[in-house]
Amino acid sequence: MMETGKSEYSSQNTNGANQVYEHIPAEKFAFAQMDTEIRDTKLQTKSRGYFADAMIRFKKNKSSVVAAWIIGLLVVFAVLAPVISPYNIKKDKDVVYRNFAPYIESVAKLNIGIFDGAQTYSSANDLNLQKYRGIAQETGMDPLLEITGTEVTYVMERGQMVAKNFYKVKVNSYYRIGVVNQNVSYDTFNKIQQFQDETGIQVLYPVVEQKDIYVKMSESEAKSVAVDANIWYQCSDVKGTPILDKDGNFKPAYCTDIKKAGPQDQVAYHSLRIAGDDGSYVYSLAKSGSVSVRVCYYNYYQFQQWLADGEYNPPMYIFGTNELGQDLFCAIGIGARFSLLFALLVSAINLTIGAVYGAIQGYYGGAVDMILDRIADVLSGVPFIVVATLFQLHLAQKVGPVVSFLFAFVLTGWIGMAALTRKQFYRFKGQEHILAARTLGASDRRLMFKHIFPNALGTIITSCAMVIPSVISSETNLTYLGIVNLSSFTGTSIGVLMEQGQRAMTTAPHAMFFPAIFFSLLMISFNLFGNGLRDAFNPTMRGAEG
Amino acid sequence: MRNLGYTIKYAIQRILLMLLTLLIITLICFVLIRMLPLKELPIGDPHTDVILAQREAFGYNKPYLVQFGIFLKNIFTRFDWGISDQLYFGQNVADIFLSKLPATMLVNVYSIVLSIPFGIILGIVAALKKNSWIDHTISTLTMVIISVPSFVYAFLIQYFLCFKLGWFPLLMKDGTDYFTWPMFRSMLPAVMSLSFGVIAGFTRVTRAELTEVLTNDFMLLARTKGLTKMQATVRHALKNCMVVILPSILSEFIGIMSGSLIIEKIFSVPGVGGLYLNSINALDYNMFLLLTVFYTVIGLLAGVVFDISYGFIDPRIRMGSKK
Repeated sequence: MMETGKSEYSSQNTNGANQVYEHIPAEKFAFAQMDTEIRDTKLQTKSRGYFADAMIRFKKNKSSVVAAWIIGLLVVFAVLAPVISPYNIKKDKDVVYRNFAPYIESVAKLNIGIFDGAQTYSSANDLNLQKYRGIAQETGMDPLLEITGTEVTYVMERGQMVAKNFYKVKVNSYYRIGVVNQNVSYDTFNKIQQFQDETGIQVLYPVVEQKDIYVKMSESEAKSVAVDANIWYQCSDVKGTPILDKDGNFKPAYCTDIKKAGPQDQVAYHSLRIAGDDGSYVYSLAKSGSVSVRVCYYNYYQFQQWLADGEYNPPMYIFGTNELGQDLFCAIGIGARFSLLFALLVSAINLTIGAVYGAIQGYYGGAVDMILDRIADVLSGVPFIVVATLFQLHLAQKVGPVVSFLFAFVLTGWIGMAALTRKQFYRFKGQEHILAARTLGASDRRLMFKHIFPNALGTIITSCAMVIPSVISSETNLTYLGIVNLSSFTGTSIGVLMEQGQRAMTTAPHAMFFPAIFFSLLMISFNLFGNGLRDAFNPTMRGAEG
Repeated sequence: MRNLGYTIKYAIQRILLMLLTLLIITLICFVLIRMLPLKELPIGDPHTDVILAQREAFGYNKPYLVQFGIFLKNIFTRFDWGISDQLYFGQNVADIFLSKLPATMLVNVYSIVLSIPFGIILGIVAALKKNSWIDHTISTLTMVIISVPSFVYAFLIQYFLCFKLGWFPLLMKDGTDYFTWPMFRSMLPAVMSLSFGVIAGFTRVTRAELTEVLTNDFMLLARTKGLTKMQATVRHALKNCMVVILPSILSEFIGIMSGSLIIEKIFSVPGVGGLYLNSINALDYNMFLLLTVFYTVIGLLAGVVFDISYGFIDPRIRMGSKK
């Protein structure tokens, strides 16, 4: 079968003609119909090319068209997300907002249950609720969104049955942070004041000392209690039970001793004061060379932005943050960008190598085919994960992880394409039009790439659409497993994001779901799209799997 | 009979070729791994001397081909793959590997066993109800499920079934009591995560094959003979389908033994996948080499078994014949 074309050609040469030509000279050719009238009528309908035909068939396949649109949207997302996001994943790694739920302030204020940074705690007790109330009263931001359930349990305490309430609460995790203690230099302290004056946003809150909180204890005893920055009121015990006045209000325990504030020529406080402050509250505590302040983190966050680039916005994490404090929205975009570009590059390289290799195999056949086939066989026998690992171990130090990763994909990736091209070449090389072209003296290369290859193009395009998702999938697998670490190059990748999300699954499911949803959507739509292409280019293959 | 002889000859040919390929791959990987710089051993540890002596015996200072000869000789005479010099300090690599194998194999065997009935039944239903809404639903679901990688199911199962509902433990149980109920229960999440893709794969093969067989003329003949649709399908169509389905089950069975590294990582299955990752991170080269050979063997074997079983199951197919 595979030798048909050649043998016919040579037998005609040796037996049929008197003279054997290497190339038939031009003068031997004559037009068959130079003077006779051509009676064919011209086609009335518009002729349609192969690709136009395939396009029409593709458009009929609704699910593939939808898949193509989804791929388009995902690509647009990958391109635009890092631009839209105000954050940069390499620069902006927040130390407090880690694994925090999606949050957009303007949407959260509408109180419709989305983008409100909500986190559910299943067993909050009365003290927790008091603390939330304290935060709400001091900072004006109420962390408590909703109490979704109450459970009363009775426990034995000092020989008596005591009722204990446990609540299932939904809390705005961004507000829940409330106030934190921060050590800042004199300079920063004054910068914060400047920020407050300019914007009217209260960052600094009056400091408190333990001895003022735990009024019932001796001073040394109170000092040993662990500091909770969110307690600014008098408490009766170390657990933080507030002492309330007769109206049920907190009793402030703010420090009023101006001597504690630090050197007055450095840290004189002249900025906004909180409501109820008669001017005696102290806003800093002296430390050696710096001051300790209580900052509302939500506002301090904006101050940090203002300090860095003059603009300030409340936190806006559309997909929430991951465990490094990166914006997931931006990170998924960055990861997807890399995945898509990398997959395109790998497919292009593998397509070229595979097509040339397969063409040589299929066209020449025989011993060449067998030797090349053995080589491909051996290479394809090495598991990809081993190839990737070996390349990382050998090359990553020298040429960087991305290049060595690329090599790993290229080393074995072209084999499938080569096998496909080889098959197509066997199919077409014995056909008459090839024989005709050969008789006319077309060179091997011309026959291969001008006469046979275009016939195989449909199959090859289809398989290209299938190769891209498989490359993305392998890349994600390997970065997930940590065998390949691309973080130094891209900052992150979808696989890394999912790995981080999986670790934080119990507390921050969003960190796992957003990358996983994006990835699944990409895979599904690429496969549907590929199937549609296959049906369009090879209508005879419709329904057959492969 | 002549056909069987032919099939056996073909099988032997394929196996020999596979062994040759395996040898070449092993040689390449062996040289590449031996070329890597060795990590320093802790000084003063009693095992260090043993490992150094072992390395001397393994010919670490000799040419690579000599080293490879010693390596092969040790494997064939004593099944000695060397000593772990980082991960399990001073222990035999092959012993560690064998102790990790059962967990991986069990998880995968369970998932195949679970998948076969589901996959084949769904495939049969889809094929019999071809072009009805049932078929469309099954086919679309199959398509979607195959596209989504198994670790996404692992996330969903771990979050909803293990964490939210608490039906299963979050991670697989430690220990070697593989055939107890708590162990089985702790394996189930991993088994299920793996099964989705396998079920979808079987469904797809069965549906494609059965729809083709059902249109054959002999099916019409069977019906005209007076067989009910049920009888004709079970006795004639299904039997013919098995020619394609059985090899794919067999090769899946072998292929899946290498396990899924990600699933093993997510559910912390104490299996081969975890060992592989650890051996890379710790740069334990002997372990890494053993696992490389393991994964290669599995991959090659799956292909060979698939091809050979075709010939044995259906004598009409003469694999590798010229015409």
